[in-house]
Amino acid sequence: MAGTLDFSPDDRYNAFITTCRQAPFSDGTLAGTAVAVKDNISTAGIRTTCGSKILEGYVPPYDAHVVELLRQAGAAIVGKTNMDEFGMGSTTETSAFGPTRNPADPERVPGGSSGGSAAAVAAGLVPMALGTDTGGSIRCPAAFCGIVGLKPTYGRVSRYGLIAYANSLEQVGSMARTVEDASRLMSVIAHYDPRDSTMLDRPYDHRPVAEVKGLRVGIPEEYFGEGVDPRVGERVRDAIGVLEGLGAETVPVSIPGMRHALAAYYVICTSEASSNLARFDGVRYGPAVDTRKSWHEAYQDLRLELFGAEVRRRIMLGTFALSAGYAGRYYAKAQVARRKIREDFERALREVDIIAGPTMPTVAFRLGEKTDPISMYLSDILTAPANLAGIPAISVPCGRVDGLPVGLQIMGRQFEDERVVDVAFAYEQEVRA
Amino acid sequence: MITESDIEHIAELADIGISRDEVPEFTKQFNAIIEYFEVLDTVEGESAPVVGITNVFREDEPRPGLSQEEALANAGSTENGFIKAPRVM
Amino acid sequence: MKTIVGLEIHVQLSTATKLFCGCSTDYRDDEPNTHCCPVCLGLPGALPRLNRRAVEYGLKVAKALDMKVPEESEFARKNYFYPDLAKAYQITQSDKPLAVEGTIEIEDDEGHEKIVRITRAHLEEDPGRLIHVAGGSKYSLVDYNRSGIPLLEIVTEPDMRSPQEARRFLNKLRTILEYLGVFDGEREGGLRVDANISIEGSERVEVKNISSYKGVEKALTFEMTRQKNLLRRGQKVARETRHFMEGRGITTSARSKEEAHDYRYFPDPDLPPLRVADWVAAIDLPELPVARKNRFTAQYGISLNHARTLTGDPKLADFYEEVAHVDPALAATWVADTLLGELNYREMSIAAVPAERIAELLALLRSETITDAAGVKVLREMLDACAAGKPCEPPAAIVEREGLARAAGDEFTQVVEKVVAANPQAVEDYRAGKKGALNFLVGQVMKETRGRADPRELGRIVSGYIDTGGV
Repeated sequence: MAGTLDFSPDDRYNAFITTCRQAPFSDGTLAGTAVAVKDNISTAGIRTTCGSKILEGYVPPYDAHVVELLRQAGAAIVGKTNMDEFGMGSTTETSAFGPTRNPADPERVPGGSSGGSAAAVAAGLVPMALGTDTGGSIRCPAAFCGIVGLKPTYGRVSRYGLIAYANSLEQVGSMARTVEDASRLMSVIAHYDPRDSTMLDRPYDHRPVAEVKGLRVGIPEEYFGEGVDPRVGERVRDAIGVLEGLGAETVPVSIPGMRHALAAYYVICTSEASSNLARFDGVRYGPAVDTRKSWHEAYQDLRLELFGAEVRRRIMLGTFALSAGYAGRYYAKAQVARRKIREDFERALREVDIIAGPTMPTVAFRLGEKTDPISMYLSDILTAPANLAGIPAISVPCGRVDGLPVGLQIMGRQFEDERVVDVAFAYEQEVRA
Repeated sequence: MITESDIEHIAELADIGISRDEVPEFTKQFNAIIEYFEVLDTVEGESAPVVGITNVFREDEPRPGLSQEEALANAGSTENGFIKAPRVM
Repeated sequence: MKTIVGLEIHVQLSTATKLFCGCSTDYRDDEPNTHCCPVCLGLPGALPRLNRRAVEYGLKVAKALDMKVPEESEFARKNYFYPDLAKAYQITQSDKPLAVEGTIEIEDDEGHEKIVRITRAHLEEDPGRLIHVAGGSKYSLVDYNRSGIPLLEIVTEPDMRSPQEARRFLNKLRTILEYLGVFDGEREGGLRVDANISIEGSERVEVKNISSYKGVEKALTFEMTRQKNLLRRGQKVARETRHFMEGRGITTSARSKEEAHDYRYFPDPDLPPLRVADWVAAIDLPELPVARKNRFTAQYGISLNHARTLTGDPKLADFYEEVAHVDPALAATWVADTLLGELNYREMSIAAVPAERIAELLALLRSETITDAAGVKVLREMLDACAAGKPCEPPAAIVEREGLARAAGDEFTQVVEKVVAANPQAVEDYRAGKKGALNFLVGQVMKETRGRADPRELGRIVSGYIDTGGV
């Protein structure tokens, strides 16, 4: 049943950077299903911008591994979704293509950085979309827009073709209105790719099962502490209550390394980003650099003009954190902190099967509300730890505060993505019924 | 404490252009962020190698790459098959 | 004034594909940017994949140089901006190199054996190639065919004491690399050197950009003289980086405003660490130059000089061993002296010469079917054919066609008669006891007979002819 899907969405939330009005598809498990792809994932023949002016006009000559898999599964790739520039933000406001609005409340941000994918799903323009998650970029917009978002275990999905922001932290993952669809999309994209040397051959091939009887659910105190809106905490506790009602057992756990998590996360992601984003110099791709100038001057002029303020800020932060005289205090210490957080999660996950808490400390912000970088960074406090630990985490809608969606976050052991999906599915089935 | 001249030096290292009037604001934000990073000073211990994946290889077998046309397709300007870049002399 | 030299050598490893992608390394004479893929062009989203053979080659060198291979090594990013560097970082090894602490034995300037310590050896990728376009609008042109070629960087301690020692060290290293089969000595730019040189007690200068190992002695000699002259005049040597201008044979200061080098190394998160120390035991090393040289003198009974020349290039040594069975001593002379001289003259590689033909030629010489002079003629004819890409005729056929077979004495009677008749003055001189006159007459006969007779035998014939009153 191969064919072409006509796709002419009413993109009132500015979810897409590029739409493919005639999207070809083939046979397969997703035959004819419209799938949106975040614009930092390479698509052969379809421009890929990372939400940045510096990649304006860039058309990759190759598909990311996940895109190859989507095409093989018959999906119709209907467009590339809006995002914070290079994934650097939690609101999708740093995009060079204008902010995306939250379908749950158009005066609010959809979260970020995969805000376009979340909005496209939440608005019903597509049933599922690919996002990427470096410190919460799938789960944050999933929570803010009221959809499901899965960040897989690090090394379960190929990063080949994902335009790197922070290589050691990020994964491509699925976003959908239901856990079942998020799981279906995950089944398509989680296959071994030898081109990603940090990957393990642990394909995901799973249909969710709503069974939590006897499950031990860890509740970390750090996920309900200072900075977390008590009303959000309450919704999440209610949701955990639902799991208990289904036969799960709750156990208090502690992740003491959490107090270092955000600083460690920002040092690591900006350090890696400063190196990853150095290649954008207007020579091999992107708007052309002025070749009449000498190289440093030419690069500086180009990068000043074409990178947004947040990207330049993070590149500079990472450059600083790696620079002579500071690398020991920042980059090296952040690695130690990261190891301790990973050990904290491993220890906790020996006592319990999963860890549950809020995805985000608050509901979606108003557009333009977060102007100060630090207050923006702080909103990643509950999501970034899973990236530091490399563990799977899913956000599933669990009610509303002030009419705005709240997300329940479920984290599990490495390569137990199936389990976090099952718990989210059990919860979803129970509250839907 | 990071000074404005530190910020200019970092911008230079990163080949990130920075305009004069941005420097004070960047410096202020930088100091606030770095103050937040100071919590890392309380991290105890040394970095130890994480025993994870090791020894991932590819065999030494040639695979087709891009044609010259594809390799040059996204370049801003080219000349006789070369990619044009700023001067370095 | 004692000169102190340390070297950093970048060796292109002769793998079939690049260090981190499957692009072919064989781009010689190809159009620019035709051996590229998303990885070596640094396209967004591409990821490196390590070439196993490059690691094996690195370990082979490590074992041959008696190096230690640490339990774990890792790749790091060296961050800097330059248009030939596709990702704006070079994947290299920094804190955790592949191998450390080895040695190479060389001859010092007095002819004694000495040890040069090797500090470390690590793998890294070559950047692309940059062409500087001069003229009104200056810019650069980049060819990324070279981008990602595997390099092994070998760093020595400052153990050399003269430019000559540095040259001998590089010759030795190069020979070892060729023996190991990890390096193609004929590839231009396959071995590039940065040298640190100082006069004891003063600052050290780094000379970069020495793109041939032959340039090293020249660059260092220039730099040593420059530094000594400065010190003699009571001036100071500035600690700096200088570039070697190969064409002019001089070094020039690399811009007074040195760039702030802060490479911000950190482990490359795209590449898991290596744990390959336990591979070393299983590596079979070929016979290395010193061992082979010793074996040649013992097994074939040839001179140390011939053995040294023949083992200086593994292909030449292999060639010798293919033809030695005819007569080891004769083969050594012909291969190390005559053939090598003829090859150098033609700028030909030994690889272009069919060994069995040379063995046949040696057999003709050994059986005295032809003279040495005729042998050289035949050899030249064969090499000219090889150089022109034509099939190489069997030497016997050339001898037959050209009528070069050694002639018996009486075959020359007529020629001798003619030469003696035509040179009465020389005959008179000979009779007067002038030795040179006989040589002249023999030379004339040789010329007429195109080297087909043995000169000593001819000498007897000519003198006999005159003495017995043939005239």
